[in-house]
Amino acid sequence: MGEFKVHRVRFFDYMPTAIRAMAFNAHTERLALARMDGSVEIFNFTDHYFQEKVIPGKDSRSIESLCWVGGRLFSAGLNGEIAEYDLENLRPKYSLEAYGGPIWTIISNTQGTQLAIGCEDGTVKLFEVLEEHIQFERNLDRQKGRIISLSWHPSGTHIAAGMMDMIRVFDVPTGHAVQRLLVDRGFGGSKSRETVVWSVAFLSDHTVVSGDSAGKVQVWDGHTGTLVKTHLVTKWDVLALSVSKDESSVVAGTSEGTVIQFQFIAPTLHQQQDKEWVRTRTFKNHTHDVRALAEIETAIVSGGMDTHLVVRPLLEKFDEKSHASGLRKIHFPHVIANNINLSCAKKAGLLLFQFPGQLELWRLGDSDEHGKPGDRLPLKRKPEKLLLLKRKGEDHICCSALSSCGGWLAYSTVSSVRIYRLQTDNNNISITKVSKLPKALHSAHQLCFSSDSSKMFAASSQSSVLVIALTQSECKYVHTLKPKSGSRQPIHLMTTSGDGKWLAAANSDCEIHVYNLQKLKLHCIVPVYGSCPSAMGIHPTTNNMTVVHADQQVNTMPSPHIKQYTDWSRKLQKQGLHNVWLDRDTPVTHVTFNSKNPNQVVLHDMHMFCIIDQSLPLPDQKTQFYNQMTLRSLSEQERPSHLHAFKICKTFQDLLCVSLLDDQSLVVVERPLLAITSQLPAPVRQKKFAT
Amino acid sequence: MATLFEGFTLCGLVQTSSASDSAIQGIELDGDSDHAVVTDSTRAVTLYKVSDQKPLGSWTVKQGQLLTCPAVFNFQTKEYVVVSDNKVIRVWKEEDLNLDKAFKATVSADVWRVHSAPGGELVVLFQRGAVRLLDSLLSAPQQPIEGILSEKEVIRWSTNIVAEKQHFVLFTTEQRGEHFLYVQRLNPNTLQKYRLEREDSGASPLSFSASLRDKHINLLYLYPNGCVYQSVVAVRGPVGLEGVQALPRSLRLRLPVGEGELGAASAVALDEAHVAVVGMPHPSARTGKDFLCIWNTNFQTLQAGKEMVGRIRGQVWCYLGKLFVPHGKALSVIPYECQKSSLASALGKLRHPGIAVSKSSVAIPSWNTLLHGDQPQGPTKIVDTRKSKLRRKSQSAPALTVDQVLELIKTGPVEEVRREVEALVSRGDAQDLQLSVGRLACQLVARSQVETAFYAPGALARLVQTQCLCHSMCPDLLLLALEHKDYFLCQLCLQLFPDIPEVVTCACLKTFIGVPDGDVEMVSLEPDSVSFMEGLVAAGARGGQQNGFSPPLFEDSCDPHHQPKPPQHQDKKNPTLQLEVCPVGLHKAVLLNEVLQTPYSDNLLVPHLKDLNAPQVILFLQYLQFIYLKYSQDVYTQTPVLRSPTMTQIIDWVCLLLDAHFTVLVMAPDAKGLLSNLQSFVKSQVKLFSELGKIEGSLQELHKMKPSKDISQYSIEVIELF
Repeated sequence: MGEFKVHRVRFFDYMPTAIRAMAFNAHTERLALARMDGSVEIFNFTDHYFQEKVIPGKDSRSIESLCWVGGRLFSAGLNGEIAEYDLENLRPKYSLEAYGGPIWTIISNTQGTQLAIGCEDGTVKLFEVLEEHIQFERNLDRQKGRIISLSWHPSGTHIAAGMMDMIRVFDVPTGHAVQRLLVDRGFGGSKSRETVVWSVAFLSDHTVVSGDSAGKVQVWDGHTGTLVKTHLVTKWDVLALSVSKDESSVVAGTSEGTVIQFQFIAPTLHQQQDKEWVRTRTFKNHTHDVRALAEIETAIVSGGMDTHLVVRPLLEKFDEKSHASGLRKIHFPHVIANNINLSCAKKAGLLLFQFPGQLELWRLGDSDEHGKPGDRLPLKRKPEKLLLLKRKGEDHICCSALSSCGGWLAYSTVSSVRIYRLQTDNNNISITKVSKLPKALHSAHQLCFSSDSSKMFAASSQSSVLVIALTQSECKYVHTLKPKSGSRQPIHLMTTSGDGKWLAAANSDCEIHVYNLQKLKLHCIVPVYGSCPSAMGIHPTTNNMTVVHADQQVNTMPSPHIKQYTDWSRKLQKQGLHNVWLDRDTPVTHVTFNSKNPNQVVLHDMHMFCIIDQSLPLPDQKTQFYNQMTLRSLSEQERPSHLHAFKICKTFQDLLCVSLLDDQSLVVVERPLLAITSQLPAPVRQKKFAT
Repeated sequence: MATLFEGFTLCGLVQTSSASDSAIQGIELDGDSDHAVVTDSTRAVTLYKVSDQKPLGSWTVKQGQLLTCPAVFNFQTKEYVVVSDNKVIRVWKEEDLNLDKAFKATVSADVWRVHSAPGGELVVLFQRGAVRLLDSLLSAPQQPIEGILSEKEVIRWSTNIVAEKQHFVLFTTEQRGEHFLYVQRLNPNTLQKYRLEREDSGASPLSFSASLRDKHINLLYLYPNGCVYQSVVAVRGPVGLEGVQALPRSLRLRLPVGEGELGAASAVALDEAHVAVVGMPHPSARTGKDFLCIWNTNFQTLQAGKEMVGRIRGQVWCYLGKLFVPHGKALSVIPYECQKSSLASALGKLRHPGIAVSKSSVAIPSWNTLLHGDQPQGPTKIVDTRKSKLRRKSQSAPALTVDQVLELIKTGPVEEVRREVEALVSRGDAQDLQLSVGRLACQLVARSQVETAFYAPGALARLVQTQCLCHSMCPDLLLLALEHKDYFLCQLCLQLFPDIPEVVTCACLKTFIGVPDGDVEMVSLEPDSVSFMEGLVAAGARGGQQNGFSPPLFEDSCDPHHQPKPPQHQDKKNPTLQLEVCPVGLHKAVLLNEVLQTPYSDNLLVPHLKDLNAPQVILFLQYLQFIYLKYSQDVYTQTPVLRSPTMTQIIDWVCLLLDAHFTVLVMAPDAKGLLSNLQSFVKSQVKLFSELGKIEGSLQELHKMKPSKDISQYSIEVIELF
């Protein structure tokens, strides 16, 4: 295969923010997740936990709680507003001031007709969910002290509210508080501090489960208001609770980073009738506070201060060991890693890093030397930060693009798009904002330049694509490409061919539309595959398109008859991918090509990058899949018989981007998890042995 | 190890005008061991009491006269003798105040030295090499003195030695860079001349030191390049050999001299293994050649060192455990001690370190107290009597002295002897306990040997338990115990004696193996070792079923409901089960363990091991195999508190036995299974070690692997894909 010069980039100090809240929609199997910076991410749990949507954050927005009502997503936060999200246009649809001070929590009843919020001023406010809007209905009896947590009884008649030092049970029709459950304070020094009931859960048998800042998980009888059982689970706070759908299990997340499961079971085998809540399992997958929890059908999903999302399957729900029964940690947003965060100008050797608040443009270093494999070359020129561009306005940057010549730069927020002209001569760089933009271009889900930098494409609402022509002096609206399917889902991937003739756009409905840019019309729809495309690319010379899906399937399609698969792809589908490949748990996020060799495709996920050589035989299930070490040890003569199409390199870890530059050198952008961990605040102190 | 103790200054020194000359001509002994006669370089002789660091008397010659020879003491007449102005011999007594009024005699030739030695007459050595006894010289002072040395030959050093009533005068001369040794015997007078080998550099020896050892005169001499040579001259040397003979030499020590050569340095032999050197650099100190060091010539090791402040004049004298070193402006006295070091202590298989510590310091008899016992007796005796008076008041029965107990042992009944010995031992002072314990033990053993009916096991055990006894003090004790089948005493001796000869160890072993189990089981033995052995056997009874694990070999028999098979059948099918049973009784095993832990040296032990007969060897090997298995099974975790043989000791003994009896064992049909088992152990050990070797290899590879590169923010690397 040969040697590659690799630019190993670690200076992208991207920092994911902490997970604050999550809500699981059992009906659509989508998990909504809110981060501290106000962004909301949607994960599709039916499709390999693929992150299909990201709603960018906003400076003034803070989300304390998320709530699904049918397919609609609501959030409430300490800014005192309730917001509903437009999941098709990836922006808040509207937000509403609740007039109760900061809002700590938002819930809906099971019927999906009402929302309840808990406010700082001690009120529980009910809102009616209307077709396109929500409307304030009434307050329940106002209490002294803030309402931290709420839980609606499945019948809809009662609401339990967690407060300071107590839990109140409200009768919803009358609005009166019917029970007052006093929660004990902690022991010792924490006696003087109020106990915060961080979370409550109201079960259908009127059992109230609470988790509080004194480290207790308590089980109450909601009819009588008596304490049934106290589990002291931690010295610190119990921050989150989640109940399984059948109410047989409750999980609690603590400040120590543990998730503790309680199950409603009989303590002995003989007395199956007398069930009680028993602490059963402890999971430790986090180092910091577990702020958000969801117990879904087969797994426990947790997230918190340490920024990663953990899906911990409950093994008793699986009959055999399979792909789904493995623990998953989602460290980097999938879509973000694709091309929201990074752009790479292949000709100019430039890297564009996108942060929520700014863009950074870097030029890669250079070296004249040559070296043996394994060597580190001395640098002739160090990498250089050319530009730091801060965004305007409150909205966070949702996408950005750099043209491959390095002459154009564009970014978009939910409210505006900005295009800049970059000029570099030697070491000086000048940036000019393109002042007059077409009116149609007000926001974009994706941005992309044509390979000759003469056009820019912006993914707009309802899967449409705006075509903008760029010249030195101005930029002009050309056309809007519309899909025939009438899909309303946003486009999350876009790519153009090297000859400027084709544009492919993929949306969350798993559709890939191919447009003919010369005729400015839809060419075809790629056969719909059941899994969402996680990365795609068109080969610069052959125009073959390669699409990788969230389920790790790799498909290639010939040009211009993109309606069918290539022979290689058919062969691959027939033979099936190697199990090792299918068992990887992070999706492929970039596809690039070797312009010199039409057979070679470069793919990567978080833990490896892979060069697929389509001229080599496919590996069957008995073949050793990761065979680079074996090949290295073989002699020149023996090697060819052991080669197969997937050449995988695991030298680089925590990859955000792998790209092949025009001079055949690789750019590898790593973001070591250790570096992220080291920037986190210190976890709560735990007594360890001999410390 | 040798030790240099804290020194003290005996007297100040007069600064001499010339730098090279010493302020002291010589230091000689007086009749009193604590006295030293110091002759300075000009006119004065001073007698010091060393321990008090004070002068007892001083004598000077008149202005204008010079002392040319160190004053010596005539041990026979208790007179001092000195020579002034080369020719005038003066003799005086300690009471004489004025040297001028003392006896004077002028001789016809220049005197080099007057030599004196305890037990010998005074000898006068003339500068031209002639030797006269002082008495005969004084009777005719003006007698003609012949010249022995040639024209340009000058005496560099001289000494005299009395050996076997034969008086020797040794002196070395230099003539045109060549050095000769003359050995003059007196009565009958013979003179032998030896030529010293030339040092390559042509340098002259810096110092000489002669000592008498094993009827040989050892001459030790130091060269400026740091080489210390030894030459040996036989006392009964070849008489009447004419001419000059070459004196063979051997290099005893090569001292590190640092930069340059030694200037003023001197070496003196302290005993057969130790040399004190003054005026040399310390190997671990950076600069300066002003150190006093004690070197071990056997091992070429530095044993002790001390920095001497001020200029060293290359002079050192050694008398009765004290080194006299003039340096700077003072004459220092530094007591030293050289302990006997042996290869055994360095390399040999000594017993458990933990046990050795407790007694090694006590068990070696202190010769000082034996020989110079009178010295400390003065003050301690009074204290003793006071203490004993007190004790006598407190005790009901009057305690007997050592001598009385010795008398009692000769005739008294066993019980009384035991009581008195116990009383004596329990009140004994550590000082003289050692001596008395030895005497008592010898007396007891002697009586037992004569009177077969008499045997005092209690008294002997008590004596052994004082830990003041060792085998060499009472060699018959252990054999006596064996003879009387007193196994408890045997065990005690094996435990506590550091110096049991291999032949005795073997005798013990043979007896222990041969004794019927029934005999030993009744004997009460030391409880620690018994409980160790009980633990070991019990561990076997559990069958290694810790944590519910049962080794596959036991699958047949570990099922509790399983019908037990007939033993022969089981034995054949399951040879390892047989190994699980201790082949000897519990107490016998305890005794054998003691033998295993006795220190020995392989070469000496193997010949005696051949005394064992084949069944004994096989039994012993079986036993060794049994404990080896126990140890290696991991079932029994060793309790460090208990006295137990180590794995190494066991393996060593197995090797020794196989060495001694290999052919016998190969031929013996009984031993076949045993040998094949042992072979399988060896195989497993070899396998283990080869595995360990492999692991070591891989670990080294790991070590070789480059430490993970520091990962920077950016780098350009080259990778290769295949």
